Amino acid sequence: MKNHLFLAFTNLKRRKLRSWLTILGIFIGIAAVVSLISLGQGLQNFIDTQFEQLGADKIIIEPESFGPPGSVSDEQLILDDGDLKTIQNFRGVESAESILTRTGVIENKKEQEVVFINGVSEEYINLFDGSDFVEVIEGRQIKNSDNSKTVVGYNHVYGNIWENELRVGSSIEIKGKKFDIVGVLRKQGNPFDDNSIWIEKETLRNIFEIGNEEGIIVAKADSGFDVEVIAEGIRNELRNEKDQEEGEETFSVQTSAQLLETFSTIFTVIQAVFVGIAAISLVVGGIGIMNTMYTSVLERTKEIGTMKAVGAKNSDILFIFLFESGLLGLVGGIIGILLGAGIGKSVEYVATVQLGTNYLQAIFGWQLIIGAMTFSFIIGALSGVLPAMQAASLKPAEALRHA
Amino acid sequence: MGKNTIIELKNVEKHYQMGDSIIKALDGVSTEINKGDFIVILGPSGSGKSTMMNMVGALDLATKGSIYLDGENIENFTESELAQIRGRKIGFVFQTFNLIPTLTALENVMIPMIFQGVETEKRIEKGTKILKKVGLGHRTGHLPGELSGGERQRVAIARALANNPDVILADEPTGNLDSKTGKEIMKIFTDLNKKGKTIILVTHDLALAKHAKKILKIKDGRLEKQS
Ligand SMILES: Nc1ncnc2c1ncn2[C@@H]1O[C@H](COP(=O)(O)OP(=O)(O)O)[C@@H](O)[C@H]1O
Ligand SMILES: [Mg+2]
Repeated sequence: MKNHLFLAFTNLKRRKLRSWLTILGIFIGIAAVVSLISLGQGLQNFIDTQFEQLGADKIIIEPESFGPPGSVSDEQLILDDGDLKTIQNFRGVESAESILTRTGVIENKKEQEVVFINGVSEEYINLFDGSDFVEVIEGRQIKNSDNSKTVVGYNHVYGNIWENELRVGSSIEIKGKKFDIVGVLRKQGNPFDDNSIWIEKETLRNIFEIGNEEGIIVAKADSGFDVEVIAEGIRNELRNEKDQEEGEETFSVQTSAQLLETFSTIFTVIQAVFVGIAAISLVVGGIGIMNTMYTSVLERTKEIGTMKAVGAKNSDILFIFLFESGLLGLVGGIIGILLGAGIGKSVEYVATVQLGTNYLQAIFGWQLIIGAMTFSFIIGALSGVLPAMQAASLKPAEALRHA
Repeated sequence: MGKNTIIELKNVEKHYQMGDSIIKALDGVSTEINKGDFIVILGPSGSGKSTMMNMVGALDLATKGSIYLDGENIENFTESELAQIRGRKIGFVFQTFNLIPTLTALENVMIPMIFQGVETEKRIEKGTKILKKVGLGHRTGHLPGELSGGERQRVAIARALANNPDVILADEPTGNLDSKTGKEIMKIFTDLNKKGKTIILVTHDLALAKHAKKILKIKDGRLEKQS
């Protein structure tokens, strides 16, 4: 076998540029597969860590319109303190807290920036005890008594939001009210979180004159209860209280698993497109390889006759040609892996540097590389089956008569 | 059949279908070839020489009649059994050399050994030795494209000798060479014959017949007379 591989390999040396071009399809296909899988792996890792941070026992209730656009007024599209009470009192809910968010201008000396301002309570922070979301890398977290204190996102201190540097102890102003920075949040890897600031919830309510709205509510299920069942129960309860039909709710109830599924769903769509491109390219590449292999068999008919004259069995010829087409596929695959790695890393670069998110990291395991190489070899070999069988079945005497 | 007979043809016919008509490329050929023979099959172009060589060398099966190699009728052998027999017992030399252009002289010589499962080291050792014997010890690493016609035919002869076969079959081996080089190649065949190899040489060139111990004249697929 080693020798057949050697003979196949030497045959590659005489191939003309034209026949190399036929593997274009293979490397486009493999590139699509490799970039896809590497990004998919990265996204999966992201989802897994987010899930771990969020905790499997969380249920997130958000205002959301399911009806046609404009069918629900802004007033209707809020969760209020009554809703929060309902959820807190629901059987199986250990605790539930809300986070209120407003966009607002914050001032730092002469500079101004528009950012998300989150209003949180000690109870809300405690819901996520131990997770990166609420971890401060400097100073401390918000307390319920903090009516003029703020904890800022990572970028305020370590990013390039401000010319005039901020740190723990500096202060900023919101709507003319002064807030002292008492802590800095850990880097989350996306601008929504890293550019935001946190203040105490009731303080936010006062400054922005928010009535009884409760923003997004996070509930923690009691251990021993099925999170999905409780989520369904909350959905029914809220629907009854608000007197809404199924499918016309003004809110959504999702477990942390369901929430993160949204990411997967988006990715699945992208995946379908890529898999389509990959499949078409691989078929085209495979046909290209088959075509050049047929040409080779024709060109080398006399050589095949000679090999048979000196003792090559049909199976020897079959393997030599199968290996040759497999190697063609493999070469396409290796180029494809490099190209795919390039694409994956470019997407990662755009996602991290341009968009500032860490959702899309391209991850290349050796399994992916070995797998892609094996796969491309097999595609090549499969494409070569028919030509190789034709070569193997040539009659030696007739093959030798060939010019 | 004598005890020294290694190849025997009995009333061999080979027919080819050409459109509606049938060509009898061989039409009742019988002959015996003994160990140590130097046979020249002589005949004009199209007379059936190559066809006869294909029969003798187990490259093809007869339409009618029987062929015995070392006393065995090859009629019912499978293609891979025939390949094994060719690889071990017969060495082929062709008019157009038929070397693989991407392989060096030594690699070309090693090919028949690959199909007999000879180990790499053994192959290199034997291949190098045989190339030295045909006067190409200094050309082992050259590609066919870098060799002259005479040198290429020597590589081909070395390849034919790779598995130390009893019989060498050469189809117009000097046909693509100038007369001086042709003579050198013929010398190699006569030397090999002296060392005991059975040589069967196919040609239309009467001048080569003088090397033969036995001449088989062929015309229209029939052997004329044996001398
Ligand atoms: N595979 C084949 N198919 C059809 N006709 C063939 C085939 N091989 C040989 N022939 C015919 O058989 C006759 C003998 O051919 P060949 O043995 O090659 O002659 P030579 O080698 O003496 O020139 C020729 O007429 C040739 O055209
Ligand atoms: Mg001929």
